[in-house]
Amino acid sequence: MESPIRATRILGFIFFSLLFFVCRSAPSHNLLISNAERRIDLTSHIVKVYLTLKVENAGSTPTSEILLAFPPTQVDHLATVEALVTKGKRKKTTLVRLDVKPTELPDVPNGNKYFTIYLANPLSSGESTTLEVLYMFTHSLEPFPAEIGQSESQLVYYRDSALILSPYHIKQQTTFIKTPSTKVESFTRVEPTNRAGTEMKYGPYEDHPPYSFSPILIHFENNSPFPVVEELVREIEISHWGNLQVTEQYTLVHGGARHKGVFSRVDYQSRPTLSGASSLRQLLARLPPRVHSVYYRDEIGNISSSHLRMDSRKSELEIEPRYPLFGGWKATFVIGYGLPLQDFLFESSDDRRYLNFTFGCPLLETVVDKLTVKVVLPEGSKDPSAVVPFPVEQHLEAKYSYLDVVGRTVVVIEKKNLVPAHNSHFQVYYTFKPIFMLAEPLMLASAFFLFFVACVAYLHIDLSIRK
Amino acid sequence: MAAVATMPVSDLLKSFKLKTKQQELLIRVSILCLVYILAFITRLFSVLRYESMIHEFDPYFNYRTTLYLTQNGFYDFWNWFDYESWYPLGRIVGGTLYPGLMITAALIYRILHFLRFAVHIREVCVLTAPFFASNTTLVAYFFGKEIWDTGAGLVAAILISVCPGYISRSVAGSYDNEGVAIFALLFTFYLFVKAVNTGSLAWSLASAFGYFYMVSAWGGYVFIINLIPLYVLVLLITGRYSMRLYVAYNCMYVLGMLLAMQIRFVGFQHVQSGEHMAAMGVFFLMQVFYFLDWVKHMLSDTKLFQAFLRITVTCAVAVGTIALGLGMLSGYISPWTGRFYSLLDPTYAKDHIPIIASVSEHQPTAWSSFMFDFHILLFLFPAGLYFCFKRLSDATIFIVMYGLTSMYFAGVMVRLILVATPAVCLISSIAVSATVKNLTVLLRSKNKGVQTGSTKGSSSSKASSKALLDQSQPFQKNGAIALLFGAFYLLSKYATHCTWVTSEAYSSPSIVLAARGAHGNRVIFDDYREAYFWLRQNTPPDAKVMSWWDYGYQITAMGNRTVIVDNNTWNNTHIATVGRAMSSYEDEAIEIMRSLDVNYVLVVFGGVTGYSSDDINKFLWMVRIGGGVFPVIKEPDYLVNGEYRVDKGAAPKMLNCLMYKLCYYRFGEMLTEYGKPPGYDRARGVEIGNKDIKLEHLEEAFTTSNWIVRIYKVKPPNNRW
Repeated sequence: MESPIRATRILGFIFFSLLFFVCRSAPSHNLLISNAERRIDLTSHIVKVYLTLKVENAGSTPTSEILLAFPPTQVDHLATVEALVTKGKRKKTTLVRLDVKPTELPDVPNGNKYFTIYLANPLSSGESTTLEVLYMFTHSLEPFPAEIGQSESQLVYYRDSALILSPYHIKQQTTFIKTPSTKVESFTRVEPTNRAGTEMKYGPYEDHPPYSFSPILIHFENNSPFPVVEELVREIEISHWGNLQVTEQYTLVHGGARHKGVFSRVDYQSRPTLSGASSLRQLLARLPPRVHSVYYRDEIGNISSSHLRMDSRKSELEIEPRYPLFGGWKATFVIGYGLPLQDFLFESSDDRRYLNFTFGCPLLETVVDKLTVKVVLPEGSKDPSAVVPFPVEQHLEAKYSYLDVVGRTVVVIEKKNLVPAHNSHFQVYYTFKPIFMLAEPLMLASAFFLFFVACVAYLHIDLSIRK
Repeated sequence: MAAVATMPVSDLLKSFKLKTKQQELLIRVSILCLVYILAFITRLFSVLRYESMIHEFDPYFNYRTTLYLTQNGFYDFWNWFDYESWYPLGRIVGGTLYPGLMITAALIYRILHFLRFAVHIREVCVLTAPFFASNTTLVAYFFGKEIWDTGAGLVAAILISVCPGYISRSVAGSYDNEGVAIFALLFTFYLFVKAVNTGSLAWSLASAFGYFYMVSAWGGYVFIINLIPLYVLVLLITGRYSMRLYVAYNCMYVLGMLLAMQIRFVGFQHVQSGEHMAAMGVFFLMQVFYFLDWVKHMLSDTKLFQAFLRITVTCAVAVGTIALGLGMLSGYISPWTGRFYSLLDPTYAKDHIPIIASVSEHQPTAWSSFMFDFHILLFLFPAGLYFCFKRLSDATIFIVMYGLTSMYFAGVMVRLILVATPAVCLISSIAVSATVKNLTVLLRSKNKGVQTGSTKGSSSSKASSKALLDQSQPFQKNGAIALLFGAFYLLSKYATHCTWVTSEAYSSPSIVLAARGAHGNRVIFDDYREAYFWLRQNTPPDAKVMSWWDYGYQITAMGNRTVIVDNNTWNNTHIATVGRAMSSYEDEAIEIMRSLDVNYVLVVFGGVTGYSSDDINKFLWMVRIGGGVFPVIKEPDYLVNGEYRVDKGAAPKMLNCLMYKLCYYRFGEMLTEYGKPPGYDRARGVEIGNKDIKLEHLEEAFTTSNWIVRIYKVKPPNNRW
């Protein structure tokens, strides 16, 4: 009985000694952050964090890499990280996007994960620069109570640290947290802490060493619906006859507090603001302009509650699920539309063709847990390759559609945990000979020709045995 | 009509330098092609108005099984035990359905996919009925040609392509057995008549296979297996016995019977059930007839033969009766079923089988629906019979018998108008074709009399004799023209009527309801699918839903949840249990529901929208069917002075039974119509009698946006201290 206990003790000892060692060997002591300001936006279910860092090189060697640290609990929910640097002076400032890449460091405290920002120009000793960092978390608001009735409003927990987690020494830092309404049940105080209206201010805090952490918990009302697409499969089919057909299959779920007990239609119809305040009534999809033949249906047929508004720059499709979605309720549906091919298909300089299309989910303010984009190239196209601005998984498939003999090449791109910020363009390059376009019409024509020949032959041949 | 069309077109065709025979062939083929297309597209109203969807109730079961067949293959389908219906009994699906329709659709689907047409199975199912309707027009053409002539065949094809009686069951989306069965029925009849006319083994073999397809497709095959023996019997009695008949019937019967036994649902009924005994009796009678014929041939002495005949016939009848009697007594031959009785005696179902009487399509037919479904065919039918009797042959006797018997059945049950339609179309086509032909012959003979020798000197002697006749009656030509115009007018009226009926009455899917809004715009009530989809997405996968049997198939197909009873009304007791639960007080009903392991209860309620075929209006049938098995439920308890009402004057049991409570729960707070008190039921036009409804063991789980479907959850039992 004794030996396991001893083993844990030994393990614990090793762990702590390792931790100690690791803390000492934290990287890049020569950088420090002179001023940090963080704004956390909790108004929707996607947590957006804007971080302004003033980084100073206190060391002697120039450096071009700056590390961002995230605790392991947050990094699983981290959807996107972007970093921008301001260039120019005074009024002529422009923002330049910087490369951000996830980095594995050999010895890290508490299993923290890192992202490295690569500066365009190395920061020489004594210089300082201002970085704007934007990152988003999904599934980071935990409903509490986890189950609510129809007339209750939705309360959620948000957990973070009052101090910014950083491998660098931070001289001064402030955190602002914006809540959707003034209704805040409780929040952790780390003095100095103020609350005014919908905003909370933590700080300013002075001189905190690297990896300082001070957990906070905010319990507040968030009645916005939490539309989460558990799985989205987008199929983009290219037809060189001039059409681009997009089919999107959604598995939508309301990710907020689960609905409990009765659903009363009387209350829902007569008191829409009080009853089912957090229910998901409708969604807005932003589609490209010049969209045509839009449909909205599910496994059992067409859903009649949708509206399409079009102008020259965009099309907006307003869709209502068959029933209002309460917390935990699901709906699956399909949206499909056609687009003129010339808006999206171009020829590159090396005589290849490429499709240029938006990557993410067209629904606004929606989290996508898993996205699969399938680009169906026309039959006979060769050497497909996809260019996507962020890391994704890729493979090839074959699909048989109308009158296909060898099958169409399908480029499958998969990505997990997407937010609307991922709606950037991606490209799929391939080569295609226009002669293949004629294969199917010729096949049909020859089939009909053979049929008529057979008819003529039948009418002119006497098959009877007797004369 | 074909003859009318020939005249102007023939001038045009002359420029192609075709021979008359080729011209005729070209016109015939093109008319048939047009009719083929017309029959298909006239059934597409519902697809254009709504969408490509499956209609009504039974088609949803067929769709679900077809889906299963395409996904899991034939053997799984054949051995399918369905846990999702008739909980907790289940249903052996493979052994209790007619698989013809599903196999047909799956086969079409496979062929299309083999040809690389990537269609969805739903599209195949939706368009199966129109496709087979098109094929039926072709069969009607050949049938008409067989019993009368090519002209009658063409007219029959045209008439049947748009006839509302047939369209009612074959619009796009009406994916039901009848869709393929009418094709199979007519095809079998055609092949059999062809076999009788030619005496060829090949044709009778073909008709046996046609019969096999019919048996696999629809329970209405019983009509064939009784009509054909009856026809043979009539031929025997009228002295039209021939070797051709002997070959046709024996081959068709023996092979058809053996083939039909391969269908699990039919099994050995052909030798064991009372409904099929007529065919067997006639089969033996045929052998006796043949034997006698042979003996007569052998014996030259007529007197001796007479004596022999007497003895043989007496013996044969006696042996037959004794065999039948023994079979019946020993229970080897089952007596006639209730459904069969209800066909022979229209009042039978009302007294004995409320579950059959409760279905609207099993009601006796009103005159108006005959007019609605047949229009001018109703008047042409007797005229056609006249022509048939004027030119009696084996084929015309068959069509006359088919027409008369099916007309009788059409009068007994609304849905059997469908069976009568092909016969009515064929007989009417004989009337139309014969009349128009006679009239045009009159007209043309005059013309030819003028221009004889110049163009067509080879016109028949019949025409010249008519020309002679024409001169004797001066007004005949004008009269003929007037009559032709009359016929044309009637036929065009028929066409417009058919189109109107199709578009107004028979093209509504009944899953989606459409109404006109206050500004004349179309309002769609999609509540059924809203509720079924909610069930599919937001209830546990093993949830059991209790509802009246009408919605069973839809819940399993669209909601993908287990139901207690469904439209396959094979277990009357189970349905009565549900009826009893619906008509009991809540605390009694909860016992029944717990014993059936029910999680959700679904009711259909039209009080907000004014949708009249809801559960409150069906409620008396639930009481009747429930009371038929459980005498605890008494119909008079729910009536006040024999009157069925839901307002303040309603019976107390009515106001507190489960169905009333579930339909009207919290309806008393609802303002449905301006100027009326809250809780005003628009379907029945009264203010409800019980506005303060409390539910103890159930809670509202979901109500659709127009309140048409309401779903309640059965609460778990309270914790004991």
